[in-house]
Amino acid sequence: MISENHTISILVVNKPGVLMRVSQVFSRRGFNIDSLVVSSGFDNKYARMTITAQGNAENLDQIKKQLSKLVDVMHCIEHDDANSIIKEMALIKVVCDVDKRSEVLQLSEHFACKTVDMTKQSMVIQATGNSDKLDALIDQLSDYKIIELVRTGKVLMARGQEET
Amino acid sequence: MNGAEALIKCLEKQGVEYIFGYSGGAAIPIFDAIITTNTKIKLILVRHEQGATHMADGYARATGKPGVVLVTSGPGATNTITGLITAQMDSVPMIVICGQTISPMLGKDAFQEADVFGISLPAVKHSYLIKDTLDIPRIIHEAFYITNTGRPGPVLIDIPKDISSAEGDFDLSPELDLPGYTFPTVGDTDTIKEISAALKKAKKPLLLIGHGCVLSKADAAVTKLAETLNCPIITTVLGKGAFPETHELSLGWLGMHGTAYANKAVMDCDLIFSIGSRWDDRIVGKLDEFCEGAVKIHVDIDPSEQGKMIMPDIFCVGDAKLVIEELTGYSEKLDIDEWVAHCKKLKKDFPLKYEKIPGKLTMQEVLDELDKMTNSELVVSTDVGQHQMFAAQFMKTLKGYNWLSSGGAGTMGYGLPAAIGAAFGRPGEQIISVCGDGGFQMTMFEMATAALYKLPVKILVLNNSYLGMVRQWQELFFDNRLSGVDLEGNPDFVKFAECYEGAKGFRITKSDEVKKVLEEAMAYNDGPCIIEAVVEKTDNVYPMIPSGAPYTKMLLEAPTEKLEKPTGST
Repeated sequence: MISENHTISILVVNKPGVLMRVSQVFSRRGFNIDSLVVSSGFDNKYARMTITAQGNAENLDQIKKQLSKLVDVMHCIEHDDANSIIKEMALIKVVCDVDKRSEVLQLSEHFACKTVDMTKQSMVIQATGNSDKLDALIDQLSDYKIIELVRTGKVLMARGQEET
Repeated sequence: MNGAEALIKCLEKQGVEYIFGYSGGAAIPIFDAIITTNTKIKLILVRHEQGATHMADGYARATGKPGVVLVTSGPGATNTITGLITAQMDSVPMIVICGQTISPMLGKDAFQEADVFGISLPAVKHSYLIKDTLDIPRIIHEAFYITNTGRPGPVLIDIPKDISSAEGDFDLSPELDLPGYTFPTVGDTDTIKEISAALKKAKKPLLLIGHGCVLSKADAAVTKLAETLNCPIITTVLGKGAFPETHELSLGWLGMHGTAYANKAVMDCDLIFSIGSRWDDRIVGKLDEFCEGAVKIHVDIDPSEQGKMIMPDIFCVGDAKLVIEELTGYSEKLDIDEWVAHCKKLKKDFPLKYEKIPGKLTMQEVLDELDKMTNSELVVSTDVGQHQMFAAQFMKTLKGYNWLSSGGAGTMGYGLPAAIGAAFGRPGEQIISVCGDGGFQMTMFEMATAALYKLPVKILVLNNSYLGMVRQWQELFFDNRLSGVDLEGNPDFVKFAECYEGAKGFRITKSDEVKKVLEEAMAYNDGPCIIEAVVEKTDNVYPMIPSGAPYTKMLLEAPTEKLEKPTGST
C-alpha cells in the first residue's frame, strides 16, 4: 500500500479531553501523527486542529469517518495545496559569529525570513511558508551549525468560499 | 439541593427504574441522595462492579432502555471497564456514573483516585468529567441522549465528591449543548431505490440481518420486508430475534459456527444485503473470498462502517427500521422461487444435528430439549464459549430483545449478571442464563444479588470441566496439546446454589433425566436456581469455519486430517 502525506483539519468543540479522543483514533490504527496544531477558533467555543499524518488513503478515510463520529467533532476535512493555503513557521537558531553574519543574513533574506534574535555567537531566524520552502532553507542553513530547530507544524485554510 | 440530589432527580426524569451499584467513599454523597430524595428508583446492590455493568447491559438488551451503573472511584470505576467494552462492542446503551476524589486532589494520587475519564476513552461512546456542580443536569441529559440515539453505546460520567456534595440552584431541564453530535435517521431515497433495483435484478439474493435491526426495533419491519420480497434471511449471532428463526424464510445465523445451511447459502448467493451488521471477522472468514462476485449492499447507521471490512457496491446510511420501511414500499415479490426452494433444500439437507452419547450427556441435547419445552419463548443470556455457540444453534429466538450475548467482546462472566439485569427489566418472564463452568465462575458471586431479590433466574451451567472452546482449538490446531484449559477444582455447583437462601440446585447427568429435571427447575420460581448439566468433556462445536478461512473450508463434522493453524484473529 502506498503511504502518502495527508493534511486534515478538524473543527472540534473546545472541551477537555477532545485532543485525547482525536489522537486515540490515530493511535488505535497505528498511525503516526507527523504534526499537530491545536488552537482556539475564532469563536472560542470551538478549537481547530490541523493534523498531518502518513498512511494509505484507504486507512485515512476510515480515520476521517471515525473522527467525524466523535461527539465533540464538528467536522473533519482533508485538504491539499490545490484547494487550501497550507503554511508552517520555523524558528531556527544558527551558530553564527560576526564574520559569517552577512552570509546568513543574505540567505535569510532570500527566503523572506526575519531575524528575531541576534547575539555575537548566534542568530534566530523566523521563517514562514510552505513546508518545502522551510525544508530548503534548513538544508541551506545546515552548512552553518543549527543548534535548535522548532517547527510549528502545518496550519491551513481553505481557499475562497470552501470551509476549512 | 446538592449535586447528587440533582443527579438522582435527572435520572428520574429519564425514566430510570434501577441503578445497579456498589458504594464506596467517593460515591457516598450519591448513595446518600438515593435516600434523601426519597426516589422511586431502586438501588440494586451488586457484589462486584463488573457484575453491575453486565446487569445494566442485560437490562438494556432485554428492554431497549439504557442500564444505569453507579460505582465509586479508583478500583470501583476500573472494574467497570470490561462491562463498558462489552457494551461498546455490541452497541448497547448504558450510563456508568463514577464517584471521584475531590477536584482539588485530581491528579495528585489521592486515595482511590484513578484517571477514569482517560482510562475509559477507548471503551465508551462518550465520557464526562464534571467540574461544575451546576453542569450535572445538562450532562446527565446529554449522556442519556448520546447513549441511546444513533448507534448506541455506553457513556461514562465521572463526578468528583466535592461536585456531587456542593449545593446549587439547579435547572433540571437544561438545554443540551452538543453542537458536534448528529446521527442519521432516514436513508437517502435514491440509494434505497437503487437497492430495490439491485434486489429485483438478483437471482439469488440473501438478506443479512444484524444487531442494528434489534436495536432499532425493526423486527416487524424485517418480517414485512422478507415476506414482501419472499427472500431468504440469515442473521448474525447478535441479530437473533430480529426475524423469527422458525420462519420458513429463516436460515438461522451465519459465520464461524453458524448453521451449515446459512453458510452454504452465503456461498451460493449472488447478492448479500446487510442491514445493521458490521461484517464482523467471524462472519466474513477470508475477507477477499467472502461472497466473491456477489453484489454487496450495506445499510448502517454508522457511516464509519462503510468499507471498514467489506467494500459494498451500495451503501446507505440510516436507521435500519426507517430504511427497511421505505425499501418495503418500493418492493414486490421477487422472481426467485428456484433460489428459495434451493435454500429450503439446504435446510433439509444440512440440518443442525448432534448425536447422543450412550450413558453420557451432551450440551446440545439439553439445549434442544429446553428450547422445545419452552416453545423458544425464553429470554436467553449466554456466557462465552462452546455453550454459547450451541445455545445460538439450538435455542431458537423468535423476537428482538430475547437473545443477550456478548458477541463482539466475547466477555466471559457476562451470562449470569446479564440475566439478572434482564430479570429486573422483564419481570414475570422466563429468563435463563446459559453458562459454561468457566464463565459462570467468573461472576458467580452475583448469585447473592439474584438470591437477595428472589429473582426466578434459571442458570444452566453446562459443565464439561474445561474451557471447551480453547480446548477445541488446541485439539484441532495445536496437536491436542492442552494448555490452561482443564478446570480441575470446580466447585459442586448444586451445593453452591444452595448455600444462598432461597436458591435451589439441580443436576442432570444422563439423557433420560433432562426433561424431568428441566421441568422441575423451570417450575421453581421462588428464587434463582442452578441446573448443572454434567456433559461430555471433549465435544466440539460444528459446523466450523476456521478463523480467517474461506467458507469453502467449512467443517460439518470432526476433520479426518490435520488442519492448518488458523490465520484469522482469535
